[in-house]
Amino acid sequence: MSCNTWSVYGHDFPGPDDGPADGLLEQVEAAEVALRAAADRGRPGVADGPAADTDPQHYFTALIEADQKIEPRDWMPDAYRKTLIRQIAQHAHSEIIGMQPEGNWISRAPSLGRKAILLAKVQDEAGHGLYLYAAAETLGVTRDELVELLLTGRQKYSSIFNYPTLGWADVGAIGWLVDGAAIVNQVPLCRCSYGPYARAMIRVCKEESFHQRQGYEILHRLASGTPAQRAMAQDAVDRWWYPSLAMFGPPDTDSTHSQQSMAWKIKRFSNDDLRQRFVDMCVQQAGVLDLRLPDPDLRWNEQRQAYDYTQPDYAELMRVISGDGPCNRQRIDHRRRAHADGSWVREAAAAYTAKRQREDRPAVAA
Amino acid sequence: MSEDGGAMNGNRNGWPLWEVFVRPRRGLSHNHVGSLHAPDAELALHNARDVYTRRQEGVSIWVVPAQTITASSPDEKDAFFEPAADKVYRHPTFYEVPDGAAHL
Repeated sequence: MSCNTWSVYGHDFPGPDDGPADGLLEQVEAAEVALRAAADRGRPGVADGPAADTDPQHYFTALIEADQKIEPRDWMPDAYRKTLIRQIAQHAHSEIIGMQPEGNWISRAPSLGRKAILLAKVQDEAGHGLYLYAAAETLGVTRDELVELLLTGRQKYSSIFNYPTLGWADVGAIGWLVDGAAIVNQVPLCRCSYGPYARAMIRVCKEESFHQRQGYEILHRLASGTPAQRAMAQDAVDRWWYPSLAMFGPPDTDSTHSQQSMAWKIKRFSNDDLRQRFVDMCVQQAGVLDLRLPDPDLRWNEQRQAYDYTQPDYAELMRVISGDGPCNRQRIDHRRRAHADGSWVREAAAAYTAKRQREDRPAVAA
Repeated sequence: MSEDGGAMNGNRNGWPLWEVFVRPRRGLSHNHVGSLHAPDAELALHNARDVYTRRQEGVSIWVVPAQTITASSPDEKDAFFEPAADKVYRHPTFYEVPDGAAHL
């Protein structure tokens, strides 16, 4: 499958000095070019497929080594399948739950323009959830099962969505910091060894970069506004900075899945590497906003050619992940209620389809 | 994105999976862009428009019930896709054109 956004964004790719997301978008484009090049190179072994006597484990490893994509009908180790289902499902759930903190401000956006933009953004998130559930389904689970696992608390979503949006500026901080962290995290996933996930990530990252700019623009407007607006922007950044740093997960020393995921080329960089990349990016962007990042120990380290910074509170991260953050109950209750309240609508749609089939109307699938 | 129809089983709410193909512009062919769940073809088309053509990605959409798609399996690849080495005459480069023949 080719990603049909390839030619569509032609006019949207920013020039070299054109806003905060440019380097990242170029990396997404490069990942897409690499994906096509790998496809053109073809696979190792015979005629784009394992010879009859090839050990599947052997062939799988050869594909990964050659930077080729694993596709749904290829043999793969059970643990590879499981870890991908876990990761992609959690990613999909995050997009869906992530609609809530921002949806919170749709009816209270400060202008019609801002409201329309925010609506479009939340619609995008729904679409991202859909792409990701579709990618997870290629691994042999159904979306219904995954939704069930989310609603019963057996699968997680990103810890960041358990924090409240207390003011309009939070919508800006989420766009800049939360979507920014998501992009830094997701751009390398555009090169993930599992084809359907890599392709979904290419689509998602392109759209996510709009969201980051949208948030950055909100903060920029507020930061250059009245003293009250500036204070609002600064307050939002103060509250969202550390939770955003925590989005990259626990430090490398405590990360359970990292090593195997890196070997399988599901992940390309460690949590700490990506976190550092994010910090370095944000310092420059905060400078342009003329807002302060709430870390007194943030300073350039000439030796490392990177910023030294204070780590987020990982104990808090663990508390939030285990269900004890500020909004965990509210988020999942809301999702459960929407699911329960919508069941009669889903049943009505199914009944209507069944009725039309009995009446032998234009063909629809069962 | 679901090249295997296996995801159809256990769909408790009776909403099947549809594969979505979009033609980016006139004169190009439809490309597979992803899949979605919908109760019937009309809603599948409607949702595909909302999800997959939000930014002028295309001018035409096909939705196909995933169940109706039969995919080749990797194990068949040898038999299915092996370039027939003994049939080189299928390739245009096989034929020698004598010097001096124009427009060939």
